[in-house]
Amino acid sequence: MSLRVSLSGRIGRSFHLDVDFGIAAQGVTALLGPSGSGKTTVLRAIAGLERVPGTIRFGDEAWQDGRHFVPAHKRPVGYVFQGGGLLPHLTVGRNLIYAARRAPPGAFGCDDVVARTGIGGLMDRIPARLSGGEMQRASIACALLRQPSLLLMDEPLSALDSEARGQFLGHFESLLATLPIPVIYVTHDETEARRLAIGCVRMRAGALDPGGGPLR
Amino acid sequence: MNLVIRTTIELAAITTVLLLLLSTPVAWWLARSRQWAKEIVGALVALPLILPPTVIGFYVLVALGPQSPLMALLHPFGVRTLAFTFEGLVIGSLLYSLPFAVQPLRTAFELIGDRPLEVAATLGAGPVDRFFTVAVPLARRGFLSAGILVFAHTVGEFGVVLMIGGAIPGKTEVLSTRMFQLVESLDFAAAHRIAAWLVAFAFVAVFLLLLVERRIAVADR
Repeated sequence: MSLRVSLSGRIGRSFHLDVDFGIAAQGVTALLGPSGSGKTTVLRAIAGLERVPGTIRFGDEAWQDGRHFVPAHKRPVGYVFQGGGLLPHLTVGRNLIYAARRAPPGAFGCDDVVARTGIGGLMDRIPARLSGGEMQRASIACALLRQPSLLLMDEPLSALDSEARGQFLGHFESLLATLPIPVIYVTHDETEARRLAIGCVRMRAGALDPGGGPLR
Repeated sequence: MNLVIRTTIELAAITTVLLLLLSTPVAWWLARSRQWAKEIVGALVALPLILPPTVIGFYVLVALGPQSPLMALLHPFGVRTLAFTFEGLVIGSLLYSLPFAVQPLRTAFELIGDRPLEVAATLGAGPVDRFFTVAVPLARRGFLSAGILVFAHTVGEFGVVLMIGGAIPGKTEVLSTRMFQLVESLDFAAAHRIAAWLVAFAFVAVFLLLLVERRIAVADR
């Protein structure tokens, strides 16, 4: 199912967001732009974490329009926060259970997700004891066990040092390529985007960047 | 003497349980709301910190007296007044110790930040679910601190209990008012025994509070 996003409004005192784009029903779409261009705000609005005036439609469902606002916990969205998003008081295993218990039945099996993200050895660890890469993988696993129809990732590699990033990118490429759901991947790194994404949406200063062109 | 100790502990225990239940939603709202007007409520809640306890005691006494419109609501149930009763003491103690419950809880809720709650939301947890499975466990330090502080502070109250309770033996007489009466009757030896125990109790309570915070701080690291 494809996603249609049309948002326009003021965020805070001085930032104005004005975007209108659609993404394909399949594959990874990069949301590219320099820091401060509003990428994260758009991603948060799609997840229902932020209210920006406008409409968001996923397939034939309206997640947000003039009358409705579907709250975050009712949108079938997996969200990978920048720096990782796990519940800090639960072990990795308990985080996975937390996600799985609240999820509808779906295509992502627990064993499969754990194997694909390679977190089998981390189940008893608390998030504070994970490295940046482990945190990211565990967060992705959690997001997938939520059985999302759309996966949103906010700069998942930004917390890693360059060596870990190189290793991770390869792992990531195969993981993302085999996902049966569309993915929106926020990054400011053109190389990363080119390697992982099939399409891209470029942003600059709160608006779409028309001069950006396709991935180079 | 045993009766006085029992009244004191009962009062402190009941106040602690009730106040934690009542303060949690208030503290949660104060921590999460973005309206500046919430600080009006914040200030009202903090008022007992600076008001003389006798002022609180006086107003509660008036409110619980037979002429009070508040008590008129209870007249059909055969209750004419709650002044000089144990129930009245509980009501006074709730007000007196209110800031000691709300403040640590509010701070603990604020320290959680938005992130864990947003993570829970994106994992499909609704607002009530998030509150009980994320906010409460992450604020456990606040609940422990609030519990210890309220209990200890209620044991240590004097002005409010004297105003509302009148120190009726077996009903509303607590350690602090008994001690005061012993001093009035110049029985310094007996007064000293109570005073020394209260000092020891206060030390243990504060020590426990510091241990609890330290233990949790270490566990969080």
